[in-house]
Amino acid sequence: MEPVRKFPDPSAVRDEMLQKYPPKVAKKRAKSIVLNDPEEIPQVQANTRTIPGIITQRGCSYAGCKGVVLGPTRDIVNLVHGPIGCSFYAWLTRRNQTRPDGPEGANYMTYCFSTDMQEEHIVFGGEKKLKQAIQEAYDLFHPKAIGIFSTCPVGLIGDDVHAVAREMRETLGDCNIFGFSCEGYKGVSQSAGHHIANNQVFKHVVGLDDTDKGGKFKINMLGEYNIGGDAFEIERLLEKCGITLVASFSGNSTIGQFENSHTADLNVIMCHRSINYMAEMMETKYGIPWMKVNFIGAEASAKSLRRIARYFEDDELMARVEEVIAEEMPVVRSVVEDVYPRTKGKLAMLFVGGSRAHHYQELFGELGMETLSAGYEFGHRDDYEGRRVIPSIKIDADTKNIEELKVTADPERYRPRKSEEDLARLKEEGLDIREYEGMMPDMKKGTLVIDDISHYESEKLIELYKPDIFCAGIKEKYVVQKMGVPLKQLHSYDYGGPYAGFTGAVNFYKDIDRMVNSRVWKLIQAPWEEDGAALELEASYVTQ
Amino acid sequence: MEREALTINPAKTCQPIGAMYAALGIHGCLPHSHGSQGCCSYHRSTLTRHYKEPVMAATSSFTEGASVFGGQANLVTAIDNIFTVYEPDIIAVHSTCLSETIGDDLQQIATKAKDDGKVPEGKYVIYAPTPSFVGSHVTGYGNMVQAMAEQFAVSTGETLDQVNIAAGWMEPSDMREIKRIAKEMEVTVRMFPDTSDVLDAPQTGKHVFYPKGGITIPELKSTGDSKFTVALGCFSGEPGGVALEKKCKVPFQTEDLPIGLRATDRCLMTLSKAAGVKIPQSITDERGRLLDVMTDMEQYFSGKKVALFGDPDHLIPLTEFLIDLNMKPVHIVSGTPGKRFEQRMKAILEDTVPEANVKNGPQADMFLLHQWIKNEPVDLLIGNTYGKYIARDEDIPFVRFGFPIVDRIGHSYFPSVGYMGGLRLVEKILGVLMDRQDRDAPEESFELVM
Repeated sequence: MEPVRKFPDPSAVRDEMLQKYPPKVAKKRAKSIVLNDPEEIPQVQANTRTIPGIITQRGCSYAGCKGVVLGPTRDIVNLVHGPIGCSFYAWLTRRNQTRPDGPEGANYMTYCFSTDMQEEHIVFGGEKKLKQAIQEAYDLFHPKAIGIFSTCPVGLIGDDVHAVAREMRETLGDCNIFGFSCEGYKGVSQSAGHHIANNQVFKHVVGLDDTDKGGKFKINMLGEYNIGGDAFEIERLLEKCGITLVASFSGNSTIGQFENSHTADLNVIMCHRSINYMAEMMETKYGIPWMKVNFIGAEASAKSLRRIARYFEDDELMARVEEVIAEEMPVVRSVVEDVYPRTKGKLAMLFVGGSRAHHYQELFGELGMETLSAGYEFGHRDDYEGRRVIPSIKIDADTKNIEELKVTADPERYRPRKSEEDLARLKEEGLDIREYEGMMPDMKKGTLVIDDISHYESEKLIELYKPDIFCAGIKEKYVVQKMGVPLKQLHSYDYGGPYAGFTGAVNFYKDIDRMVNSRVWKLIQAPWEEDGAALELEASYVTQ
Repeated sequence: MEREALTINPAKTCQPIGAMYAALGIHGCLPHSHGSQGCCSYHRSTLTRHYKEPVMAATSSFTEGASVFGGQANLVTAIDNIFTVYEPDIIAVHSTCLSETIGDDLQQIATKAKDDGKVPEGKYVIYAPTPSFVGSHVTGYGNMVQAMAEQFAVSTGETLDQVNIAAGWMEPSDMREIKRIAKEMEVTVRMFPDTSDVLDAPQTGKHVFYPKGGITIPELKSTGDSKFTVALGCFSGEPGGVALEKKCKVPFQTEDLPIGLRATDRCLMTLSKAAGVKIPQSITDERGRLLDVMTDMEQYFSGKKVALFGDPDHLIPLTEFLIDLNMKPVHIVSGTPGKRFEQRMKAILEDTVPEANVKNGPQADMFLLHQWIKNEPVDLLIGNTYGKYIARDEDIPFVRFGFPIVDRIGHSYFPSVGYMGGLRLVEKILGVLMDRQDRDAPEESFELVM
């Protein structure tokens, strides 16, 4: 039997992480590194500025807007207004998969569009070039929609992308054109860009098509970006259960789905961080309630399907969901049974995203693995502590600069899908509508929760805990692996997946088993470097 | 359709990533991006995908406030924090479109950091302006190479028996190969930057934050006393040669990157003259082996049409090499602007393929290249990973070459420069052409021996 592993005292680890920092840095970082207590959740500092020079995982507002939220929609021409780099780096790098409708169906996701601003445009303004670029994109592709994404210099030189969008929308007539003021310096991370994306899609797209496309149980899937085909697996499950997916924000989506999304009767949210704004605005304007779900993990997937069925309060649907779960689970169980003895007791750490560091703890739990430390790259306090803390979150200048849309009920189309009494009753029955409890209630007492972890802190954690697997992104991947610890990328899935739903869970179990038990990690030391390596030949031969 | 404003599928990216890559070729250096967090994150991600190695760099993490009031406070804080926490010998700062647009003066901020006591004794902050709205990633690389020479080289009056190599944008494997050749020639070279042993570091179970490679500060300083500089690549290496001549009166000559037979010939002859040494028989033998394969396999190359895209310093010698293989480079694009590209390409192509389509600068992108290929199909495509979409659409054999290559390994370990690098290129080209012949051959003409 393997001996029980002893881990260092988390508060000593915390102290050691902070020790090397200059006093001001230590003071600030101390608030973002907390010891969890699921019973009495402590406050975590989150969504605040990264300290210059402290190596961070975070990206920018543009990345959150163009890359994350709008990137996965296949039939919008995403035109980046700025110097070439921003569009280049966001070109196909997030692995959002999409299935065009037939060979003629529009798919611009493999393209990279940019106004490629030059010095003269920085000096004299780039609006003229932007207009012409829109015209050229229109003439070449005749897209249904063009989104314009502002990069840092655009806001600084005062190009008005919204005015250009309006003008060109009128000029062209049959192309919806809208702009995003998602300059990289807005906010403190990708998170600002998510909010900006939500606002503009809500303002310019949602509600344009009132056609009722039919279906008895109609939902939108929010915050699922179809990385590695996750949305395909969820679509498969929903279809099998008889649930109609009106729109997905935004994995495997089209602009037509967004336009029609207000006809759904429920919004379910995967990534709370990036899309909760959309859910709230749709509820206020159209009366569609929202509910947090999680399709990462087999048990969590089953639970999420049951919750959707509970919401619709339909016996037939509830029965169908049970049938589907019963069909899907045997394969899952057989793989867990095989893998579990090899993964049980192993240690995982997750530092990624705004929801994945929470969701993936489910899968590790199913493998009998422990999560001793986790945190988000761009989460807010509600993603850690639960939405109940929202009223107490201090709104700082960086957040204030991000527009908060004033939304009211649509005079004609507001239709509450459930009465307040129904919602209250469902809630009493355990169906938490409009709620997200956050990551911390699901983590053990004494685990370390670290927001916007720095490179230095990651290295310390690995050095002190020696985890069996570390989950983060591409920038961390090879640093951690150089330390002899396998790293699972939870943005790109290391080019594998899907990991959602039941099929995804099976994929994940197998991948993690492979990674934590790979022979290659045991070969790092050269035989002549081993302690007591014999330096003289032991063999002898005799000539006769 | 002629486009004037819209770039689609660019054959370039922006300056800062080049500066970040170059800075990693100084030992003990932490690159620093003076801009929004996204810039640094994107550059690190792209370089990491290309090298599958740690790429450490820091950022000034601009917010809206810093963008309005200037980034000085952010950069001074960053310098202080970096020296305290990550302890580099040098911080190499480059700017971004954001900090350039608001007019931050890196030199002034670096001086202020020093005056404020934020730069410990014996440590350095160097800086290169890299506005993203000028040139390309190649320009940014060149600007950082220039900054290294300008800000480190010292002329003591003594002339050392060593030759500088102002290295253009190459892989760590290429830099290692050039050092090997120089050693074979018994020439002491000071190569800057030098990313070998940085971006091809061994797996040891330990993360070494500053890997053992990279030119050291004393070596960089001594470049001012070298007897000559061979600058490799007129876009990415030459700025280093020019800076050394200006500052320390070290004479220089620019050569193409030694890609292919004749570019390697020229590079080695210049190096031998500069160092006053003969090219040894062992190198002549390497040349002979490359030439041997070129003569033996001539039939498979001859007349094959090629489309290529990438960076000028790569494309110029590569095109020449393809012509020496009797191939026909018919479509060539580079997003990097610059008249010297046109001039050199014209000179290289005019005798053999005068009708070739060549374009660089704005709108010289992969969308244009794809249109050209549709109009006149080719037998081979050479370029970075993004070429795989064209290769798949048009069913063209594809050789990955350039930056970035994010879907294959090998570029950082096996050189493409020198005669041995030429052999590797020839092997790769032959491999895809012959695989294609095998795939398409009817059963009766499926060849065993080729």
